Amino acid sequence: MFKRIFSTWFLLELVRGLGVTGGYFFRKKITIQYPEEKTPKSPRFRGLHALRRYPNGEERCIACKLCEAVCPALAITIESEERDDGTRRTTRYDIDLFKCIYCGYCEEACPVDSIVLTDLHEYHFETGASGTINKLDLLHIGDTHEGAIARAREADAGYR
Amino acid sequence: MTWLLAFWAELPLIVQLGVKIVAIIVPLMVAVAYYTLAERKVIGYMHVRIGPNRVGPRGLLQPIADAVKLMFKEMIVPTNADRYLFIIAPILALAPALGAWAVIPFTDTLVLADINASLLYVLALTSMGVYGVVVAGWASNSKYAFLGAMRSAAQIVAYEIAMGFALVGVLMAAGSLNLREIVLAQSGGIHQWFFIPLFPLFLVYLISGVAETNRSPFDVAEGESEIVAGFHVEYSGMGFAVFFLAEYANMLLISALTVLMFLGGWHAPAQIPPFVWIPGLFWFFGKLAAVAFLFLWFRATFPRYRYDQIMRLGWKVFIPITLVWITVIGVAKFFTPFGHWFG
Repeated sequence: MFKRIFSTWFLLELVRGLGVTGGYFFRKKITIQYPEEKTPKSPRFRGLHALRRYPNGEERCIACKLCEAVCPALAITIESEERDDGTRRTTRYDIDLFKCIYCGYCEEACPVDSIVLTDLHEYHFETGASGTINKLDLLHIGDTHEGAIARAREADAGYR
Repeated sequence: MTWLLAFWAELPLIVQLGVKIVAIIVPLMVAVAYYTLAERKVIGYMHVRIGPNRVGPRGLLQPIADAVKLMFKEMIVPTNADRYLFIIAPILALAPALGAWAVIPFTDTLVLADINASLLYVLALTSMGVYGVVVAGWASNSKYAFLGAMRSAAQIVAYEIAMGFALVGVLMAAGSLNLREIVLAQSGGIHQWFFIPLFPLFLVYLISGVAETNRSPFDVAEGESEIVAGFHVEYSGMGFAVFFLAEYANMLLISALTVLMFLGGWHAPAQIPPFVWIPGLFWFFGKLAAVAFLFLWFRATFPRYRYDQIMRLGWKVFIPITLVWITVIGVAKFFTPFGHWFG
């Protein structure tokens, strides 16, 4: 009884609440200062797409169109023709990144590990109307990030 | 130095007053601006994050950036709003918050207007502040703004009474309505400060102060999660900025008044060397900062009161407490040997 009156009049419950927030005031802050600091990314991270090449420089894609077929967002458009050496290659490989939902099915469907999702997530478009990237862009991304792409595949290989 | 003083004495009274007013208002405005940064930082720290740190070193230029942004934004007056009232409302909110500083004694001698009934003046001006809110809600011609204004009006009326009674206790203990004399009545050390004999009134005053300034946990007038922004939904640009300034200036004012009336104003907590070396001005501002910090701490800690709970607390708890304690003071002062305790 006396205890209750005491705790009511001296607002002990509120003081205890203040104590909790006061304690957190001095706690180490968990903020990641984003552009300067980044959280680690999983090798399975699904970001911007890339088309890979074989070590001899030949592009992997054989225009089988499995990725186009499996894509749930219908973001991939492929046109192909027979090349002089008799192999089938794409003449057009467009991905509409505004449609893409980054599910990674294209990568799973690909029989030659050509189309992959890299860990790049910081990119933008400078023309507002279209978010489409073409074959040249995709191959370029693949060329510049081949090391990282290969490392990520290597790290994840045991779990596939 | 002497010629400067002579020159000062030669100036017309109006210029002297103007200079003094600027000397109070400009630091006050800077303090208000940095109080907003302090709020974001303190609440951020209590949320285990850092708060603004991008503009300037450690985010120190953030208030400047905010002010510049708000100044250059368009002030939109809604088509069906009452133009005249809509524009006058922010001024009505800010003017009393600034005007009350005229009678605040920073030290024994440093006060702009040392008037007899300064406590009364302060009470009158702080209760004027609600008109800004009510007029803003009415003039906006928006249901959210109107709801916010209604809530704020009812709340401030309820807490004004408790606050007034709490101050009656102070006035009984000090035997004066002059803020300077109220502080002088608390001289001699921490045991003479009024928050000890008037502890219930101190709590009531502090909590009513939070309610008066529409601060969390009594911020139903703003109530971001229920009525968007309450009375200032329709305000943008400078109009919004002025409401913002008024809110923070009011918080600083309530902090200053709490310090003056319950925490011994510019007096050091003890009359022994390490404390008396620090000038009174610093004690005043130090205490003010501590109470101002409490406001931010409250906001980071307590969830918003339900509206009927606010009313119950104001009318059924605070007013009876203050009435009882006023009686206790009166009886103790004149009919018991503990009279010296109560001033």
